[in-house]
Amino acid sequence: MTAPAIEIHDMTVAYHRKPVLWDIDLILPEGKLICIVGPNGAGKSTLIKAALGLVPLASGKVEFYGQPYSRQRHLVGYVPQRESVDWDFPVTVLDVVLMGTYGRLGWFRRPGETERRWARQCLEQVAMADYASRQIRQLSGGQQQRVFLARALAQDAKIYFMDEPFVGVDAATEQAVVRLLRSLRADGKTVVVVHHDLQTVRHYFDHVVLINMRLVEAGPVEEVFTAANLQNTFGGRLTILEEAAEAVRTGNRSS
Amino acid sequence: MSYLTWLVMIGTALLGGTAGVLGSFAVLRRRALVGDVVAHAALPGLCLAFLVIGARHFVGMLFGAFLAGLAGIALMTIVCRWTRTKEDAALGLVLSTFFGAGIMLSSYIQNMDGGGSRAGLETYIYGQAAGMLREDLVLIIAVSALVLAVLAAFYKEFKLLSFDPGFAQSQGWPTLTLDLTLMGSLTLVTVMGLPIVGVVLMAAMLILPGAAARFWTDRLERMLLLSAFLGAAAGAIGSLISAGVARWWLGFDPLGFAEGQTAPTGPVIVLCGTGVFVFSMLFAPNRGLAARVWRWWRLRAKTGDENLLRTLYEFTEGAAAGARPVGASELTSARAWSRWQANWRLWRAILRGWVRRVDGGVELTPVGRAEAERLVRAHRLWELFLIHGASIAPDHVDRDADTMEHVLAPEILAELELRFGAAAAGEVPRSPH
Repeated sequence: MTAPAIEIHDMTVAYHRKPVLWDIDLILPEGKLICIVGPNGAGKSTLIKAALGLVPLASGKVEFYGQPYSRQRHLVGYVPQRESVDWDFPVTVLDVVLMGTYGRLGWFRRPGETERRWARQCLEQVAMADYASRQIRQLSGGQQQRVFLARALAQDAKIYFMDEPFVGVDAATEQAVVRLLRSLRADGKTVVVVHHDLQTVRHYFDHVVLINMRLVEAGPVEEVFTAANLQNTFGGRLTILEEAAEAVRTGNRSS
Repeated sequence: MSYLTWLVMIGTALLGGTAGVLGSFAVLRRRALVGDVVAHAALPGLCLAFLVIGARHFVGMLFGAFLAGLAGIALMTIVCRWTRTKEDAALGLVLSTFFGAGIMLSSYIQNMDGGGSRAGLETYIYGQAAGMLREDLVLIIAVSALVLAVLAAFYKEFKLLSFDPGFAQSQGWPTLTLDLTLMGSLTLVTVMGLPIVGVVLMAAMLILPGAAARFWTDRLERMLLLSAFLGAAAGAIGSLISAGVARWWLGFDPLGFAEGQTAPTGPVIVLCGTGVFVFSMLFAPNRGLAARVWRWWRLRAKTGDENLLRTLYEFTEGAAAGARPVGASELTSARAWSRWQANWRLWRAILRGWVRRVDGGVELTPVGRAEAERLVRAHRLWELFLIHGASIAPDHVDRDADTMEHVLAPEILAELELRFGAAAAGEVPRSPH
């Protein structure tokens, strides 16, 4: 058993006094590809944001390798949802990736030639090196996603949080993201991904967290990703249940 | 030029430049109207400071205005966050409430014994650059230097905050403090501008230079430098026109004011800024309106030219080259073009040597035929792809292929050729429908 990378104890999060997440207790192992699955409004993104301190906790605590986040920021990389920024902002692709190095640079220091070279390497890992000097408005959705991934790589973290990296991307980007996830795992990194496509869970991830405002189940995909657990997570919604059944069926066939 | 004119020009240029840079951040963060709130919210602060001090003390009154401006921003933030009021509503609410309170206080001061003339409050509402003193200029220089130094020191942090505040916070940057620093600087510059351009017009000083600069560049650094320059230019030129210097240079007043009369400085500066903005909006390369209309028109013309060639080619396909001239009426019925459009496109094609007039109509020249073959090939390969690759019904294909063929890149064409085996002789595949 590897050391837990992330431990969440008794986490409750509320927006406008309405609880979004209840009493989440979660231990996530190091070196795994972990996905968070649940219906819309289940609090998947909120879980990530609360872990990163972007939304306040009503109660509970989050620890990274046994320490609070404020001491471990340098170990954590973050890929926000693509729609969270204005893609008409006047910066280049390289500028955005360089932002990943700001945390390590600290106050007042500007990114120099070392950082630029590093940022270009990160762009190469997502096959976007040729776009370094493009203005970000000229990118397609999939390219925008890859730029955000490169920025997180530039953070040179041990734990990565990715909020819906597969939403609205082309097939080439989806494959690039999957390759990247696997190479991160090969380097011993832990990656936590908010995911919504049940069909690909078995194929892409080792570990799954099923939530619907409260934790339904968490554990290795083979044990936890079952029809019964999915029904508990998604409730009685027919279309999603069908999708879930299909996902479980295809999983059984391939294993 | 008189000493006073120099003084006012330097002061307004500095104000315009600094407001332009700070306003750029506000524009990019979609908070352009925050400056407007600050300016209006400052009025009760001016009045209260006058009442407390009991005399017209420039720095003291501006300090009062600064505090009131910050209070306005704070109130707006609180209303947004705690009451689910939307930002625009909160903005309008705070702006008008503070301004109303300010007007009320100022009429109270006007009615005091000899208070009205002493406070000079109307100069803050409408602005009066001509009344600038040496001390005022020193203050403007000091505030501009301070604000620009803060911007230079925290440039990287402000850039990150403006682009992606969530990511900035995840990296541990104190986003709230940075935000307050930026807003505080904006308030400082806004308040400093009140005696020059007034409460009502200060927002324009903040918004116009940044909005204009955005048209010219896609880089933040350049946008900030350009907005500083444009703001300073608008300030300097506006103050010179207002001081009548333009009449002295040009021999007439550009605004049509009679000899000895002058236009108020604030409005003239703002109109200069508007001129810069309108010019940028129309004529900036890439983002400007003229460039966009030109690009659209060029694509339309190119599409029309290519459709003409393809139509002429298809009329005579299979027959020996140039076997039969095509009449203009055949063209108009085949492509749903008006007579005028058909003639216009023919005229362009003849000029390029693609088409020549013969008895009974027009025909393709050898050059035109080669070009047409290239186009038809692209069109049909794309049609094949739509049918086989995207499974679109054959009778729906022509319209979609019609719009795409004009923009297909050579690499895509090469791939299509590979797929549908037309590469061998570069030949034109048969039409699939």
